[in-house]
Amino acid sequence: MSLSTWVRRVGKPVVFVACLVPFSLLVTDLFQGQLGANPIEEITHRTGDWILILLFITLGITPLRRLTGWGVLIQFRRMLGLFAFFYAVAHFSTYVVFDHFFDLASIVEDIAVRPYVTVGFTSLVLLIPLAVTSTNGWVRRLGGRRWHRLHQLIYVSAVGGVLHYLWLVKADVRRPIVFGLVLVALLATRLWQPRKRRRPAEATVGDAPAPLAESG
Amino acid sequence: MLIKKTADIKPSEITPEKVYLDRRSFVGQAAAFGAVATVGAAVPWANRGADGGAQDDLELTSYEHVTSYNNFYEFGTGKGDPKKNAHTLRPRPWKVRVDGEIAKPGDYDLDDLLSGITIEDRIYRMRCVEAWSMVIPWRGFPLSTLINRFEPTSKAKYVEFRTLYDVEQMPGQRRRVLPWPYVEGLRMDEAMHPLAIFATGLYGRDLPNQNGAPFRLVVPWKYGFKGVKSIVSIRFTEAQPRNTWAVMAPREYGFYANVNPDVDHPRWSQKRERRLPGLFKNRKTQLFNGYADEVGHLYAGMDLRRNF
Repeated sequence: MSLSTWVRRVGKPVVFVACLVPFSLLVTDLFQGQLGANPIEEITHRTGDWILILLFITLGITPLRRLTGWGVLIQFRRMLGLFAFFYAVAHFSTYVVFDHFFDLASIVEDIAVRPYVTVGFTSLVLLIPLAVTSTNGWVRRLGGRRWHRLHQLIYVSAVGGVLHYLWLVKADVRRPIVFGLVLVALLATRLWQPRKRRRPAEATVGDAPAPLAESG
Repeated sequence: MLIKKTADIKPSEITPEKVYLDRRSFVGQAAAFGAVATVGAAVPWANRGADGGAQDDLELTSYEHVTSYNNFYEFGTGKGDPKKNAHTLRPRPWKVRVDGEIAKPGDYDLDDLLSGITIEDRIYRMRCVEAWSMVIPWRGFPLSTLINRFEPTSKAKYVEFRTLYDVEQMPGQRRRVLPWPYVEGLRMDEAMHPLAIFATGLYGRDLPNQNGAPFRLVVPWKYGFKGVKSIVSIRFTEAQPRNTWAVMAPREYGFYANVNPDVDHPRWSQKRERRLPGLFKNRKTQLFNGYADEVGHLYAGMDLRRNF
């Protein structure tokens, strides 16, 4: 089996199913009454965690690829980024349906006056253009350079996501701080690694900062 | 002095949840047999302060949920942590220091304090500042019963309560998530109000460790964080106590912490609440958690927005 066949037949299906495991567990736990006294809080927390984890894995592809030289990793980046978006949609839908029951006025008020909601909502909105332009067609249409510039929004979104978490906890900031440190490490790899290894030919499409889509 | 220990309930004497939930008919049957049914005391309180709205307003939250979803940072900050970790707490023997502006200060054994006190059942709504709520059948007695025994002086304007501070028994205190020990307080008139109780149990049993064993404060018209748990110190003061959350985040938590749908927490709305284990936040929060008729007069003329 060639590498590209392996990616298509084995690699991607495995990653796809793996990304759905947290969601499946959530659904089965919900229907078996295993989410405790406050199921919605549990759903909100778990989907929130998985947004950040998947964003971080997405952001980790480029540094890991540089470190290992495994070019094949880039082929998984779009799927991982789209799953981060999937969990973000689940997270926000839970908020709209169960916290506010589609009450637009109270949602707007929430977003307008509460900084942690504002920043969380912004982070979600920023992911929308990235999800939309994640197809090969959009990469072609925008051209590599513009596509990359657009997809650098993932940095803003990830920083916003961590702030959203940090600003909502009552007292125990340990977990948001850990998430923040991981993000700082991932961003730091962007600062110094390219200087060591980048060659002019590499600096275009397949490389570079931004995830959601794999590139040609 | 001979002390009757309430802790010594044989397993066979514990009211099963099924019987407890069905206690009205149980009381009826017991009365028919001429038995003395003390649990009947729950009934008058059950109807107090009901909003006249939803019929299920005082449908009890299950024992399982009441004892597995707790904010008790002394055992960890996750809601499930207290149930997992509170086994290290030793609720007996239990010493309570009582001091300040009173005639009878001293270090008391809890069982001495409880001797001669009638334990009653009280069904109360519990509204957490995090916008969820439960209905809990407590066992306990009014604060006033105990306070009167200590003979407060005219200088006693407030009562301050402290939780145990012992990292061996409360491992969550190894991390300074909050400035330990946990401190809460009430104004004297609030403390003397008949709805304010010390709880020693729930669902007809002794208080589980994760719910604040061996005894804790329950003030049903205030947010849950006022209900200081595992109390080791009761102090009567002239100055307003500095309660832990108000020290931690003075913009977000005040001294009074009265349940109020019109005064939002800076980070979330208090207009509605989620009655656990429900999914929707579809219950309108009531002023003073539905006990306005009983306690409203305590705050007459006060600006509840400033004194949140």
